[in-house]
Amino acid sequence: MAAQSRGQWGAAGAGLAVLILLLAFLVIPVAKVVYVAFVDVNTGGFTLLNFVDFFRTSLFRESFVNSLYVAGMSVVFASIISMPLAYFTTRFNFAGAALIQTLGVIPLIMPPFVGAVAMQMLFGANGSVNLLLDEWFGFTIPFMEGLNGVILVESIHYFPFILINLSASLNNIDRAMEESAQNLGAHGFRLFRRIVFPLAMPGFAAGAALVFLKVFDDLGTPLLLNVNNMLAPQAYLRISSIGITDPMGYVISVILVAFSLLSLWTSYLATRGRDYASVQKGGGGLMRRDLRPWEKVGAWALILFILALVLSPHFGLLLLSFGTIWSFSVLPDGFTLAHYREVFSTALPYITNTLLYAGLAALFDVIVATAIAYVVWRTDLPGRKVLDYLGTAAVAVPGVVLGIGYLRTFHDLNVPIVGKPLASWWVIIVIALMIRRLPYALRACTAALQQVSVSLEEAAQNLGAGRFDTVRRIVVPLMAGGIAAGFVTSFATAAVELSATIMLVSAESDAPLSYGIYVYMQTAAGRGPGAALGVLAVIIVGIATWMSHRFVERTRATAEADRKLAAAAGA
Amino acid sequence: MNDRSQRILIENLHLSFGDTHVLKGIDLEIAPGEFFAFLGPSGSGKSTLLRAIAGFGPLPEGRILIGDEDVTRQPPWARNVGMVFQSYALWPHMTVWKNVAFGLEERRVPKAEITPRVERALDMVGLLELADRRPSQLSGGQQQRVALARTIVVEPRVLLLDEPLSNLDANLRIQMRRELRSLQRKLGITTIFVTHDQEEANTTSDRMAVLDQGVIQQVGTPMELYDNPTNLFVAGFLGSANRLPGRIVTEGAGRVFRAENDIVIPVAADEPEGEATAIFRPQNVHLKAQGEKTDESTICLPGRIAHSEFLGSLIRYGVDLAGTEILVDEPHQAGQPVLPEGADVTACLSADQVRILRE
Ligand SMILES: Nc1ncnc2c1ncn2[C@@H]1O[C@H](COP(=O)(O)OP(=O)(O)O)[C@@H](O)[C@H]1O
Ligand SMILES: [Mg+2]
Repeated sequence: MAAQSRGQWGAAGAGLAVLILLLAFLVIPVAKVVYVAFVDVNTGGFTLLNFVDFFRTSLFRESFVNSLYVAGMSVVFASIISMPLAYFTTRFNFAGAALIQTLGVIPLIMPPFVGAVAMQMLFGANGSVNLLLDEWFGFTIPFMEGLNGVILVESIHYFPFILINLSASLNNIDRAMEESAQNLGAHGFRLFRRIVFPLAMPGFAAGAALVFLKVFDDLGTPLLLNVNNMLAPQAYLRISSIGITDPMGYVISVILVAFSLLSLWTSYLATRGRDYASVQKGGGGLMRRDLRPWEKVGAWALILFILALVLSPHFGLLLLSFGTIWSFSVLPDGFTLAHYREVFSTALPYITNTLLYAGLAALFDVIVATAIAYVVWRTDLPGRKVLDYLGTAAVAVPGVVLGIGYLRTFHDLNVPIVGKPLASWWVIIVIALMIRRLPYALRACTAALQQVSVSLEEAAQNLGAGRFDTVRRIVVPLMAGGIAAGFVTSFATAAVELSATIMLVSAESDAPLSYGIYVYMQTAAGRGPGAALGVLAVIIVGIATWMSHRFVERTRATAEADRKLAAAAGA
Repeated sequence: MNDRSQRILIENLHLSFGDTHVLKGIDLEIAPGEFFAFLGPSGSGKSTLLRAIAGFGPLPEGRILIGDEDVTRQPPWARNVGMVFQSYALWPHMTVWKNVAFGLEERRVPKAEITPRVERALDMVGLLELADRRPSQLSGGQQQRVALARTIVVEPRVLLLDEPLSNLDANLRIQMRRELRSLQRKLGITTIFVTHDQEEANTTSDRMAVLDQGVIQQVGTPMELYDNPTNLFVAGFLGSANRLPGRIVTEGAGRVFRAENDIVIPVAADEPEGEATAIFRPQNVHLKAQGEKTDESTICLPGRIAHSEFLGSLIRYGVDLAGTEILVDEPHQAGQPVLPEGADVTACLSADQVRILRE
């Protein structure tokens, strides 16, 4: 260890800088929010009165219950969608498997709030589906009625988190686990219940917790669906209508953070010490069998149904963006390019702002994430783990909470030269995006660093390269694929962030895409251009996601080749 | 052997993974209560054959009988065949006790009966006090025993072991193979043991089958196979062997084997003429001082030491016999010097240690 401690000054400096950044823009603002929630507005002393007030107000009680209900039901529906899909892909030789894999990515390239209005057009009380139902069968289904709408939109957007985690778990089960149970007499549903499902449980729990957290914290979807009796919208409305001194916004923020932490903790408990990813020799994954003809028909029918459901926001958005008037009719009355023309003539700043903000945020994200990964995994600086925890902790901080924290902390902090408070300067949006997306970049960069063998660094140092040169000439180039993947993931998700952005936009000219979409969608006339803007957002995010996928694939292929090379050399 | 022991009969078994023909016409009978080994190099089809007996893998052609019952088309869970997997495949979400009780629960054995049976099985492998542990808290050897207990507790008709010792370190491997052997004796259960290690097969099994490329090369007791291999593959796989290519020719009244370099070895008179290979083991050749007396059936040839390796219990010499190099093992005694390279020696071999093979 002594040898390692040498020449760590550069790393220590970088670590310290990152720590200060995280303290200033994550820890302090969140601590401020928590502090305000527990302080008496008049006396300035500690109090629980704000919480008592919160639970005495029926609107807040209702919002609290609604948020729990919506998040819980979204998990249920997302599970119902994911389970058969995961089961088909891992258990059968099935040509639809590739389709299901794509299906798992499609919802992620469009944030739920973008598709929300389009879903209203398709599934609302006077939407296409209900008009047809009414005409053909004489009844309608309240898909989008109040909370139902939020649940529907959220679950078809977030089910991939369960699908991906559950499939990975199922694929990682050692085939012999299943075979040995069969050998001892188990089969069919009992085999699934006693062996397969418990072994896949950690993956399912991790996915479900993520869905719960995302839905519980989401602000954009309920706002766009005009559902205000939920926690996140209430926090936003209190702060934006009454002002940053009203304690209710802070109380709600504390509750949001508490439940986010709770769901992460649940997922941690469910997965702790149960890393069943025990792929042994002899091949992992469940035994796959061929489908019988009638099973094949059923499987395809189910998958096409789910595919149609999952694609409906995208489809609806396209229709809306090209449609003229669309009201009380199955399809728009006519089609036009006018909305796109309008977007390109008047709404271009939204796009350029987005590219600038998300680009800067993602750039800082990968720089900070690389620094954290290096300090944590390649030095023995005391307390280095703290950086990792803080960098990841942002996951548990909802955008609304971060936004409120920034407003409260930086509203009277004037930036010299610019002559504005930091809280209303556009840079604060970049900072918020950077902090919110840091966990994604951190995960990508950490994975990339762990694939770089320490001996490669030692070889460079042995040949006289200093620590900094080693990082610059060996580590970073070898991590390049992972860093690039981290950059695009951060970029793509930052480009459509709404909940912190909406609180921090202080001038229309500073606003990014997501805010533009939100503003347009507020009026019936704005829906067309809003949808056109939404389509552009989907395209930007889609391209970025595809690139990130490519980087990850390429890195994996290279790592595989390196591993083979090393094995061959060792043999 | 006990009265519940069952034989295994395999008739003309063919098995393919898609276009790859992996098992090619296996015929085999394993006697009730026998400890039988499948020995062969990696990829020879041992696991595939074992798994076919347990009902895993593609549906084979041909027949597999256990006792008198044709199980070829039965699903794995209906066969009552116990299999211990190479990776042990202990379920990580269950305790040791739960793992062992699983098969009994699946068989709907009454609760009151499960407890004593699980206890007995765990006791048999010496792990009763670890019953509440999770598999991840056990050492490799302990996991192995749990896997064994989990299988034998259901009293299967036959016991199948796929490379059960390969994940253990060398010392434990020797201990476990003795334990396996004595456990099998005690239970009297018909057992098949898959291994690629000839020492393991030799030390444990009553009889064994040597497999190569999906074909059974030879079946017999370990000693029969070692002493009388029917082909070059078996001869080579079971230990070092010297091979001299040559012909059987008539010479005078009898027949002899004449190697390419004119080494002549007398053979039985009924040995047919033609191309053949003479096989003998390095330890059957002795290096003698010149002029030492030998009996009639011993062939002695002059040679020269080409190289030597000290292997501990013996010294392995490469001896050049008129252009052909053979290996000769001499037991090592303390203080005995190694013959130097280039030294002239006489290599002597008793004719009855030579096997003639044709391919
Ligand atoms: N699931 C499979 N799909 C295709 N080929 C397989 C499969 N399992 C085994 N094989 C092939 O069958 C042959 C025999 O394999 P196996 O029985 O595992 O050999 P062994 O156990 O003797 O090492 C090998 O060539 C292997 O590649
Ligand atoms: Mg094998």
